[in-house]
Formats: sequence, C-alpha cells, structure tokens
Amino acid sequence: MQEKSKSWLKFLSEVILLVLLFTLVQYALSAGLVNQSYQITLTSMCINVILAVSLNLINGFTGQLSLGHAGFMAVGAYASVIITNFMDLPFIIGILGGCLAAGIAGFVVGVPTLRLKGDYLAIATLAFGEIIRVVLQNIDYVNGPAGIVGITKLTTWSWLYWAAILTILVIVNLMNSSYGRAIVSIREDEVASELMGINTTGYKVLAFVIGAMFAGLAGVLYAHYFYIIKPETFNFLKSFDMLVMVVLGGLGSTTGAVIAAIFITFLTLALQKYAAMRMVIYSLILIIVMIYRPQGLMGTKELSRKTFARIWGGKK
Amino acid sequence: MSLLEINNLYKSFGGLGAVINFNFSIQPRELTGLIGPNGAGKTTVFNLITGVYKPDKGEILFQGQNIAGLSPHTICQKGIARTFQNIRLFKDLSVIDNVKIAFHKNISYNLASTLIRLPAFFKGEEAIESKAMEYLNIFKLEHKRDEIASNLPYGEQRRLEIARALATQPKLLILDEPAAGMNPQETKELMELIEWVREKFELSILLIEHDMSLVMGVCERLYVLDYGQVIAEGLPEEIRNNKKVIEAYLGEEVGEC
Repeated sequence: MQEKSKSWLKFLSEVILLVLLFTLVQYALSAGLVNQSYQITLTSMCINVILAVSLNLINGFTGQLSLGHAGFMAVGAYASVIITNFMDLPFIIGILGGCLAAGIAGFVVGVPTLRLKGDYLAIATLAFGEIIRVVLQNIDYVNGPAGIVGITKLTTWSWLYWAAILTILVIVNLMNSSYGRAIVSIREDEVASELMGINTTGYKVLAFVIGAMFAGLAGVLYAHYFYIIKPETFNFLKSFDMLVMVVLGGLGSTTGAVIAAIFITFLTLALQKYAAMRMVIYSLILIIVMIYRPQGLMGTKELSRKTFARIWGGKK
Repeated sequence: MSLLEINNLYKSFGGLGAVINFNFSIQPRELTGLIGPNGAGKTTVFNLITGVYKPDKGEILFQGQNIAGLSPHTICQKGIARTFQNIRLFKDLSVIDNVKIAFHKNISYNLASTLIRLPAFFKGEEAIESKAMEYLNIFKLEHKRDEIASNLPYGEQRRLEIARALATQPKLLILDEPAAGMNPQETKELMELIEWVREKFELSILLIEHDMSLVMGVCERLYVLDYGQVIAEGLPEEIRNNKKVIEAYLGEEVGEC
C-alpha cells in the first residue's frame, strides 16, 4: 500500500513538473520576453520532437527503415487546412482530421510496403513520400505547387507543448507493455517473433499507422503556425532530417529522439548566421557522432525514474 | 487420434525435391525423433510444419485440422512451438523479456488499456511477470532475469530458447538440434530436462538430433530421413540395426557395388 502511494506521489510530482515548465514558458511568452526568432525555434522544437519520437517508433523500435515520414506530415497538414480554412470547422476537428488522414495514408502505404525488408522498404517508403508530394502538386483544389497561403494561425504554445507530451506519453506507454515487447521482437528477429505467435505484419502496420498519425499531428501544428504550406516543404530532405534526429539520438530510444530533436533545432538556430557553412558543420557533427558513438547518443537506453534515483540516490 | 498427422507432404526448391511424399504421425505425449544425414531435409520438414515454408502438396493435420499453408503465428497459436538449429533469441533483450514475448499471444488486456494505463493493464502485466518467472525458475535462469540474452553462455541460451518455446503453451514442441554444441555432460542434463518437460507439461515432443546417444536414449520412436524421403521408422533398436539406415549414414558396403 505504501509503495502504491509512493508511486502516486512520484506521478503527481512529474505532472506538477510538466505543468510548471509549461506555465513558465507560457508566462514568458505572454510577457513578451521571447522574441520572434525564439518563438519559431520553440515551435520547431516541439514539432521536431513529435516527428522524431514518432519516426523512432517505426525505425527504432519496429526496425523498419522508413523514409517517407514527411509524406504523412504533408497529408496531416493539408487535410487539416482543408478542414479549418476551407470548411471553417474548429481547430480540434482539424487536428483529429489531420491525424486520421495521415493514419489512413499510413495504413494504405504500410500494408503493401511492409512486406519488404531493409533497404527495399526504405526505397518504397521514400517513393511513397515523393508520390504524396507530387500528387499534392497536381491538385488544383490545394493550389498545386504554389501551396496554400494565409492559413489562420491557430497553433499556440499550449497545443504544441501538450501535443509533444501526448506523443511521448503514448509511445512510452505503448513500448512499456506487451504490445511494445511484441513490436521490439520484430526488430530483434522477425522469424522468431512470428514463430512465437506474434502477428508481425499486423504489428508492423500498427506501428506504422501510429507513427504516421503523429507525423500528421506535427503537420497540422506546422501548417497552423507558419501561415503557408507548399508540397515542396515536405520533400524527402525533410524525411531525411527526421531520420538524422532518430539516428543521432539512438535508434530505439525515445529519450534519445527527444534530446536529438531539441539539439538539432538549436543547432539549426545557431548556424543560421553562417548560412553557407551550415550544412558543412551539420554534416561534420553527424560524422563525428557516428564515428565515436555509432549507436547514437542514447543507444537503446531510456531515461527513467530509476536513472534519476541512481544519479541522486547513489547506487540503488 | 494422432496429435499431428502428415500425409504425402511434398516440397521442392527449384528442381530439387527437398521433402518427397513425407508421411508422419505423432501421438499425444509421445517423444519422437527425426534423424538423417546432413542435407536430408529434416529442418525443411520442421519449417513446413511450423509454416515458415508453404508445402507444394500434401496435408498437415494438427488435431484433425489442416494447417498446411497457414502463417507461422497462426500455427503457433494453435499449439506448435519450436526452437532453432542456430539459436534465435531476441538477442538485445533481457532474459525475462524473451520469455514474456511468448505470452503475448494470450494477452489479457487491449491496446486502449495499455495507452491509458487502466487497471487491466497492471493486472495483466503482473500475471505475465509471475508466469515468466515460473518458466525461468524451471530452467534455472531466475538469477539471470535482467541479463541481456546474448550475454548468456551457450548452454543457457539453449535452455532459454526452450523456456521461451514452452511459454507459448504448446501441445507439440519441436526441437531442432537442441544438443548442438553441447558437451556430453550438458547433453545428458538436456536429455533429462526434455523427458521431465514432457511429463510436466504433458506435451508431445519432436526432435531433430545428430547426437545418437541422445536420440536413442530419449526417443520412443524414430523416423529416418534421407534425400527427402523416409527410409525407416520404428523403435530405436529397430533403427539401430536397420540396413538402409546404416547405409545412409556410413555408405554402402563395398561388396554390393
């Protein structure tokens, strides 16, 4: 009983910590302490966290190399803009619609391609991402290559923050369960997993759909912050950016994905002044990390209550 | 009724008939061995039974139901579990997680209660934890529960693989060369373990083995496979003295050439 109340206390303190962080930033924003450039960084940070954590579910935990994440982000962005701007429905419906549309796209793409393995799957998902982009370019309803301009700015700090927290929570909860173990077993050894009674195709599609839905969520938030969306924004370089975050953080570590997403966002900001050198420095950092820490910053390790207990409470 | 009955099973790779008109049956709680020289098609038979390969012809009746061509996970859910010739553990996961994964097919809570952490989730996880520990205890791996599977010594990896297969609660357990790479002492212990497992879990066991002392020691009935065909079947004594079997293993006598 005592243990139970203790874990409740820990849970409560975590919630308070999260709310505190939220209020702090919220206060700074409303008091005008954060300038435009930092506000954009804050937004990209949350969006990148959602993208990296959701892509990590597919690439890191399930072990299926997907390069089409930007495509699902595009589906979410466009679907939600159609709902909020063209149909004048509330933002929440736009968010749900965007996630749903991206999830359906994930299902449609996932069912045929997830039969493929390794680099074949990578090429197939890369192609699908590009197909989504090209299709969007050729639909006049969404202005083709010119994109949609003048989207109402509905994304606020609270949407961004809680969406990122929700993404992390859903994926952490999923992975710390029997479903999560089934998903990881596919990465470890697909044949053995199948022979242990796990419907590997089913769980690969499940992971893919959940990942796509959160990519859609990121797309929705992106579209309603930056006023404008173009098919070109969601090209394969965008998918590649996300992949870099996941690999840098460590394939199969949610903590790593979060850290890498935040790190890369700040790196991009810091390198803005040296536009010409930016890609060079960016690539160099990646090369150095890959040489000295090929498993990524976190490997497959996670930061948890236990880790903190070890750091602050001595050994165990 | 036989637990597993195979009629006229046929599988070819390209033009090569790997398994030709294979007939086989195993009774409930029987311990049967499948032996034969290298490349005789033993593992192919296992792969056909467990659904890794789809047979070209023939039927595989498990408890009277044709399972030929079903997907491996469906076959496992019906009650056939196996181990592998070259150990296939989930290498980077802990010992206990390896066993826990085998319980997933009987999962008691759904995805929604996982995501929002309903009481059903905690109850289900507790049950899985205690059941997994039971299996680790049986195989004397309880003190290694948090060790990474690939760090275990070879013999323990073999035991863990059997524990994992048993955790799927099969009616038929298929062991592909369980004693491969073991020393005589380990082999002897394994033999005892296999017999004990059969009694305790009341299941049928089918095993492939090269180690003749193990096969002759524990199996009640033997099938001998050569070039994809059954060349002999019967009690271990009968097999030991069967001329065809001796030929297959040692070659023909010079005089007969």
